[in-house]
Amino acid sequence: MTENRKSTILTPHGLTRRNALKGLGAAAGLIAAPGFVRYGQAQSSEPIKIGFQCHRTGIGAAYGRWYERTTTAAAKLINEAGGINGRPLEIIIEDDGTDPKRGAEVVEKFANQHKVDLVYGTLFSHVVVGSAPAAGELKMPYYVVSEGYHVASGKMNRYCVQPGITDVKAQVRSVAPWIANNLGKKITLIYPDYAFGHDHRDFFEPAIQAQGGQVVAKVPIPPTETSFTRYLPQIPSDTDVIYHVMVGPAVLTFVKELGEFFGNSGPQLFGFIDSLEAVDINSPGLEFLDGSHFWEGMPRYAQPDQPDYVSFYRETVGIDENGASVDDPKDVSTAAHMFGCWETLYVIKAAMEASGYAGPGDRAKLIEATEAMTEMEAGREHPQGKKRFNGKIHQVFGEQNISRVEGGRLNVVHRTSIEDGLYEPEADYTTMSF
Amino acid sequence: MAFGPYLLLATLEGLVTAAVLSLMALGLSLVFGVMRVVNVAHGEFYMLGAVLAWWFSTMLGGHPAVGFLLALVLSPLVVAAVAFVAERLVLSRLNYEPEATIVATIGLLYIIQQLALSFYGADARPVEAPFSYRIQLPWFGYSAYKLAVIAASMVMMIGTWLVLTRTKIGLVMRATQYDRETAQAFGIPVGKVYAGVFALGAALAAFAAVLIVPIQQAHYLMGHDPLLLSFIVVIIGGLGSLRGTVVAAILIGLSDGIVSMFFSPTLAKMLATFLVAMVLVFRPQGLFGAAAR
Repeated sequence: MTENRKSTILTPHGLTRRNALKGLGAAAGLIAAPGFVRYGQAQSSEPIKIGFQCHRTGIGAAYGRWYERTTTAAAKLINEAGGINGRPLEIIIEDDGTDPKRGAEVVEKFANQHKVDLVYGTLFSHVVVGSAPAAGELKMPYYVVSEGYHVASGKMNRYCVQPGITDVKAQVRSVAPWIANNLGKKITLIYPDYAFGHDHRDFFEPAIQAQGGQVVAKVPIPPTETSFTRYLPQIPSDTDVIYHVMVGPAVLTFVKELGEFFGNSGPQLFGFIDSLEAVDINSPGLEFLDGSHFWEGMPRYAQPDQPDYVSFYRETVGIDENGASVDDPKDVSTAAHMFGCWETLYVIKAAMEASGYAGPGDRAKLIEATEAMTEMEAGREHPQGKKRFNGKIHQVFGEQNISRVEGGRLNVVHRTSIEDGLYEPEADYTTMSF
Repeated sequence: MAFGPYLLLATLEGLVTAAVLSLMALGLSLVFGVMRVVNVAHGEFYMLGAVLAWWFSTMLGGHPAVGFLLALVLSPLVVAAVAFVAERLVLSRLNYEPEATIVATIGLLYIIQQLALSFYGADARPVEAPFSYRIQLPWFGYSAYKLAVIAASMVMMIGTWLVLTRTKIGLVMRATQYDRETAQAFGIPVGKVYAGVFALGAALAAFAAVLIVPIQQAHYLMGHDPLLLSFIVVIIGGLGSLRGTVVAAILIGLSDGIVSMFFSPTLAKMLATFLVAMVLVFRPQGLFGAAAR
């Protein structure tokens, strides 16, 4: 043993002059290699690395696929226009399996292995809630494209921001008056029995009560459920409107079973498009949806009066008139959410430019620059519409669409204003230390 | 909704669950009964059946029934072939040692699941039902296809029972089950019988999956829940007992349908687990299983 130990180069006596010279030579060679020289000379030409926490597999896969396409399209556009602070953008993707535990691991991997500047892109609220503490501990800016109220509630940390998509609390407040005035006042809620669904449960009821309406029943459905008929008898017979919001692989089954159960004779339907994201409205068994209404963050179908920047956005991301991939008409997009990736990337760009972001040492400055944002004008950088950011709660507010299913497509019938969704902040992240 | 219609709907839903579960559990029970192999990969054979069903049904255009029937025939056959090869390549080399086969089938589970993820993708995809008739009852509407699933499952169960009890293949299988060495001494090619039984078990799971995809959807993670429920069914019914499997599947299916509708799905799962515990304590061989010899 002693002999062996002596022969290793780690012991003081074992490190020979020849080995030391070899090591020095190799190190010098590495530094002289083209890559090192470039970054060594001009730190500013090094790419800005953004870690994209993507739901490539697991129950969020359809969203992940489109989040990725939207992100790629926006990043390409930003790079073609000269990048951020003169540096190109590099998107590094890691799959989180739509799993909170894996999400936290991915954040750590981004920080320790990929050495990214920030992490971005997550949708499913349980993954955000699972990953945000890791981002906070690592002091890693975490720009989520989720919808839950978790960010705005103040329960995350100063590094977690949501500047590109509205949250459920604002969404339900925006649509509640329209539902009460046009569809009915007695409402049954059907929602997933976890964080995102609970936001709908908790915030829709006060919103509809403020309009003189009433929630007559709440039907929570476990996220792992694959069959739903058994829940439908819980809907009271005096219900005017069924408000449904479901996510994950079983959404088509859910909507079909709703149709089998009620046919065309049931209560009015108001769905969050989550119940149908990435699903073709003309799928067999969905005929009964004709005449029903959906919330859409951004319209799936091209609208006759859409502005030029919306057409530009749709073309760049690669979706056709029906919101499906231009390469495959069966590959329906998650149009109502994925614009959030595009807009968030542009917010990151704006914040990096405002703060003169140069590297990970400026992360706190980056967050402060984001917090300082207020109005965002509609346009190529914000194709979904104008927005208002509240730096105290790290949450953006925007306009929502209510669409009606007519002849196998979704036509926007009402667009809410930013003011419809505003609420009193319950938190102030800016008072938290970095 | 009034109590009567409520109960009717719960029963119908429970029967659909029972129909699919009994086919699936029968495959698991058969494999254990004859080969004494606990097949942890059974749920993935089910998933593979569903994924292939999507593939076969979208290959052809025209009426959805054509694609569905093609899937109903081909999907179980392909899954059976996969299982046959897996049995020959893996399980037979392990000499069917209980511990080794459990580990091997766990490995098989992950291999099949990851292959499905790689080649089929992470999406849930629908298969169109062969017909989409909706029966309007006075209180609610119900899918005629779901009733057809119950009927198809019954036909398949009776078919399997006839094969096991009335044919030479069934006789050979039963002989292998009762006494492997003696069967071998009488010239029964035990290895081939085992491979055949493993393939048949997988085919039954795949058949159940093809029946279910028009109701649910094909997804690479869909194998977990039915696997657990099938284990619950075979433990309650008695491993290797066909009658026990059917009775337990109906029991679990109905209780799942009725309890989860009137109370909560969590309570239904708790009751099923409790029942397993009680059966294991008071009747370890299962309700209809024979005591170990």
